[in-house]
Amino acid sequence: MSTQAPEQRVVIAGPSDQLPAPSTPRVRVSWLGAILLGMVVPVVLLGFWQWGATNGAFASSQLPTPSAVFGALLELIERGTFWSHVAISLQRVLVGFAIGASAGLVIGSIVGLSRNASRILSPTIQAFRAVPSLAWVPLLVLWMGIYEGPKVTLVAIGAFFPVFTTVASGFMHADRKLIEVGRAYGLSGVSLVTGVLLPTAAPTIFAGLRLGLAQSWLFVVAAELIASSKGLGFLLIDSQNTLRTDILLLAIICLAILGKTTDYILATIERRTLRWV
Amino acid sequence: MSISSPARTDVAELAPAPVLLKSVTKSFTSKSTPGGRVDVLEDINLAIPPGEIVAILGPSGCGKSTLLRLVAGLERPTSGVVTVDGHEVTGIDARCSVVFQEPRLLPWRSISGNVKLGIRDRSGAQEIDQWLELVGLSGFGDYLPKQISGGMAQRTALARALIGHPGVLLLDEPFAALDALTRMQMQDLLVDVASRLGTTVLLVTHDVDEALYLADRVIVLGNRGEGISEVIDVGIARPRDRSNPALAPLRGELLRRFGIHT
Repeated sequence: MSTQAPEQRVVIAGPSDQLPAPSTPRVRVSWLGAILLGMVVPVVLLGFWQWGATNGAFASSQLPTPSAVFGALLELIERGTFWSHVAISLQRVLVGFAIGASAGLVIGSIVGLSRNASRILSPTIQAFRAVPSLAWVPLLVLWMGIYEGPKVTLVAIGAFFPVFTTVASGFMHADRKLIEVGRAYGLSGVSLVTGVLLPTAAPTIFAGLRLGLAQSWLFVVAAELIASSKGLGFLLIDSQNTLRTDILLLAIICLAILGKTTDYILATIERRTLRWV
Repeated sequence: MSISSPARTDVAELAPAPVLLKSVTKSFTSKSTPGGRVDVLEDINLAIPPGEIVAILGPSGCGKSTLLRLVAGLERPTSGVVTVDGHEVTGIDARCSVVFQEPRLLPWRSISGNVKLGIRDRSGAQEIDQWLELVGLSGFGDYLPKQISGGMAQRTALARALIGHPGVLLLDEPFAALDALTRMQMQDLLVDVASRLGTTVLLVTHDVDEALYLADRVIVLGNRGEGISEVIDVGIARPRDRSNPALAPLRGELLRRFGIHT
């Protein structure tokens, strides 16, 4: 080490562009590189899956090969049912999420903005929240029949609570100092809410929306597992009953892709909206 | 700090307002003190003629920020009356503009957008550019607050306060969080702008040198609840030399009041 010291000193004394590169250069990755890196684990998993499915450790009824699952996809597409399963699940999630998240936004805003509204509404809402959401299913089926009503309602319930909670706390914990600036410069009432409170709470609100969306997928599967004749949840339970493990795995992969895609869309909107953060 | 000519057109529009505090008392409820009440300001009487720069100096907790907030209409007095331009202050008042210790810029608005808040979001791109130039921020209008330094952010806050032509400019330790050099630059900028516009300035500070450099009059508040303990007329024309020997005895006197011997 000591023999290198003089040489080092010479380098350091030079202009900054001659400084040696840091010993651990930061890896700069393009978006293409990022995608490729993200693919590494799935590809490795796929490899293990193929290996496990073909080395005799599992029966093909337990673990079909990836190509069998792909075959199941082609089979369902050919039968003309695949897209309708995907579409109905997606529709239930989007409609239920839209209803639940809107209600969460509105009621969460009211509770977050008014102490009195919070005193009136919060205890009741907290009590409803304490009910495990699946406990509503029998009642929903009894009230609304077995068609779209109870499923969309269950998804809406699932989406409501995370959105409600985060919106309310986002407004409650909005930066007092910025609110004061808004007031000092003539904002009040609606203009104070839209001009200061809403942007201040926006990061929290987006976090709540993304949580709510994830909950929506959780609840649509639950609803379809319990009572349905269409959708990815139905596909799961139906393929289990008919021992079509290939279709079962296909449904799981579809849910992963759909959940990730919808979250990615919401995350992109979030990033575009919150450029200033 | 160069002051550009366009701002001069603003002078005619601006009417410096007088401020009057008549036996103003402010107390807050408190659970931790016996009696449940803290008297922060006790019987404050103060008349500020239009165009005067007044510094309020005092130890921390003496209520100097509260006094400023009463004039801004951000707080209401427990008893007594505050008037600006002869009208009682009953709420937030368009005649006053406040600059806080922190810039408090809205992070989602550009620098221009933040200055625009000072004219209640009326359109006025040209006016905004003039003010950005005046505070030395030409070309930074499209930046976001997170992209500029603390000193630049505080200049933005100053432009935001002044663009609305306030009769009274209220400054709550506006330069306390800045480094020493930036603070002096900002003080020079304030002297420059204030003398150009002739606006009434109420400056809260705990910095004796800042008070003596900027103010026509220095009001010293005693400890909490004691009220005004001393009023010092500086009586030296602005802009002043920071090393003006006439300031030294005043400085000594003020520091002695705070128990510091020079």
